[in-house]
Amino acid sequence: MLRYFLKRLLSLALSLVAASVVIFLALEVVPGDPAAYMLGLNAQEDTLNALREQLGLNGTVLERYLSWAGGLLTGDFGISYTYRTPVSEMIGDRLWVSLPLALYALTLSTLIAFPAGIWAASRRGSYVDAGVMGVTQLGVAIPNFWFAMLMVLVFAINLRWFSAGGFAGWDAGFFSGMKSLTLPAIALALPQASILTRVMRSSLLDTLNEDFIRTARAKGLNRGQAMWRHALRNALIPVLTIMGLQFSFLLAGAIIIENVFYLPGLGRLVFQAISARDLIVVESVVMLLVFAVIVVNFAVDLAYAWVDPRLRGRR
Amino acid sequence: MSLLFHSRTLLPGATLTFLFAGAAIVSLFWVPYDTTVLDIANKIKSPSWAHPFGTDQFGRDILSMIMVGARTSIAVALVAVGIGMLAGVPLGLAAAARKGGLLDEVIMRMNDLVFAFPSLLIAVMITAVFGASALNAIIAIGIFNIPVFARLTRGAALSLWSRDYIMAARVAGKGPARISLEHILPNVANLLIVQGTIQFSLGILAEAGLSYVGLGAQPPVASWGRMLADSQTMISFAPHLALFPGLAILLTVLGLNLLGDGLRDILDPKLRRARA
Repeated sequence: MLRYFLKRLLSLALSLVAASVVIFLALEVVPGDPAAYMLGLNAQEDTLNALREQLGLNGTVLERYLSWAGGLLTGDFGISYTYRTPVSEMIGDRLWVSLPLALYALTLSTLIAFPAGIWAASRRGSYVDAGVMGVTQLGVAIPNFWFAMLMVLVFAINLRWFSAGGFAGWDAGFFSGMKSLTLPAIALALPQASILTRVMRSSLLDTLNEDFIRTARAKGLNRGQAMWRHALRNALIPVLTIMGLQFSFLLAGAIIIENVFYLPGLGRLVFQAISARDLIVVESVVMLLVFAVIVVNFAVDLAYAWVDPRLRGRR
Repeated sequence: MSLLFHSRTLLPGATLTFLFAGAAIVSLFWVPYDTTVLDIANKIKSPSWAHPFGTDQFGRDILSMIMVGARTSIAVALVAVGIGMLAGVPLGLAAAARKGGLLDEVIMRMNDLVFAFPSLLIAVMITAVFGASALNAIIAIGIFNIPVFARLTRGAALSLWSRDYIMAARVAGKGPARISLEHILPNVANLLIVQGTIQFSLGILAEAGLSYVGLGAQPPVASWGRMLADSQTMISFAPHLALFPGLAILLTVLGLNLLGDGLRDILDPKLRRARA
C-alpha cells in the first residue's frame, strides 16, 4: 500500500507541475504589458520599471515561472492588475460561494441518484425502470443553464419562493445563504444526478449477475436481502469513481451557473477578470480549479485502492 | 431497414437528428425571414401564424434564428469531434501498438493532463489569450475530445492485439503501423462511431454553454446559447424567447444520445445481450 501511495504521490506532483507549466505558458503568449496597462499611457519609464519589479514581471521566463509557482505553494498568488489587491484574498472570498455550491450540488445529486438507481435496478424492465431511465435521458440532454432559467421563471418570478439571483451572504445566516444557493445547486445537480443514477443502476445490475449473489440467494436470502447485504457494497466502486470525476464537472459547470444567478463565485471572478484583461487572476483561478480536479482524482484513486486491494498491483 | 426497428431508441433518435441537421442544411438556402434584417416594429411578438415561434427584441423571426443557429451548433460540434478523432485515434493506435513503451507512457500521461482541464477551463484560457469566437470554441471542445478518443481507441486496440488474426498478420510480415491501419482500425470503427455520436451531443451542449457566457460565437453569428443569454433579462414578460432555443438544444442533444444508444445496440450485439 505504501509503495502504491508513493507512486501515486509522485505522479500527482508531476501532474501538478505539468499543469502549472501549461497554464503559465498559455498566458505568457498574451501580448501587452500589465504594468503599462495599470499605470496608463503617460507613465514614466522608471515608474513602469518599479511596478514591473514589484509585480515580478522582470526576468527570464524561467525566473518568472519559478517565482509564480513558488508563490502558489506559499499561498501568495500575486497582485491583481485591476484591483491592486492580493489575488489570494479575492479568491478566498469567492471560494466561500463556489465551494459550498459544488458540495451542495454533489450532495443533492447523490441523494437523488442513489435511491433512483437502486429503485430502477430492483424493478428492472418495469415501468418504474423505464420511467427513471426516461427522466435521466432528459436530465442528461437538458442544458443546465436553461433549466436554471426555467426554474427562475417558475420559482422566483411566478411563485416568488426564491430570489432570482444574487447571494445573501453567510453573514445573513446559514439558512439564507443556503436558500440563495438552492436553485443554482439544483440546476448543477440535475445532469450529474442523471448520470450517477444510470451508473448506479447498471453497476448494480452487473453485480446482481455475479456468482456470489447466486450463492446468497441459494442460502436462502430473498432478492431484496441479497441486494442490500451483498450487491450494493460491491456496486459502489464504479459509482465512487464517477462521483470523483463529477467533482470537476461541478466546479466547471458552476462557472456557467454562477453567471445565471449572478452569484459572486469563482466563475463570475473569471469572467470579470477576462473582460478587464486581469490575466493573473484568470491564471490563478484556472490553476486552482485544475489543482482541485487533480487532487480529488488522486484521493479517489487512493480510496479505491484502499477499498479494493486488487487494484494496488495495477499500473 | 428492419435494423431501424431493432432498437427502440434508434428511430426517434435518428428522426430528431435528421430534423435538426435538415433545418441546418435548409437554412443555407432558405429561411422564413432574413435574420440579419432588423424589424423593430415587430419586436418581441408572441408566436403567431406569421412567426410560429415569435420574434425577438430586434423583430427577428425566432424560427429562422433557430434554423441558422442549428448550423452554428452542428458545425462547431462536428469539427470539434473531427479534431478529437483525427488526433486521438492515431495516438490511441500508436499507444496500443507500443504498449508499455515510452511512447505509450507519454501519450497516456499527456491524456491525463488534458483530462484535468474541463473543456470550459480550456475555453476560458483560450478566450483570455485570443479573445472569444466560434473558432476558439471549436478548438477548446476539440482539444477536450482528443483524450476521449485516444483512450477509447487504445483500450479497444489493446484487446485486439492479442487476437490470433493479428498474430497471423505479424507472422505474414506486416509492421505495427500497417496492422493498426488495416486490421485494428476497421475493428474499432463501430466503437468510434458510437462515441462520436455521444461526443457530438456533448459538443452541442458545450457550444451552447460557451456561447451563453459569451465565450463562443459572437454576434451577428446566430447561436442557440447566445439567444438564451439575450432572452434572460426578458424572461419575465417574454418567456417564449427562452423557450424555443432551449427546446432546440434539448431535442438535438436528446436525439443524438438516443441515436448513439441505438447505434450501439445494432453495432455491438454482445453489449445488447448483456444489457437486456
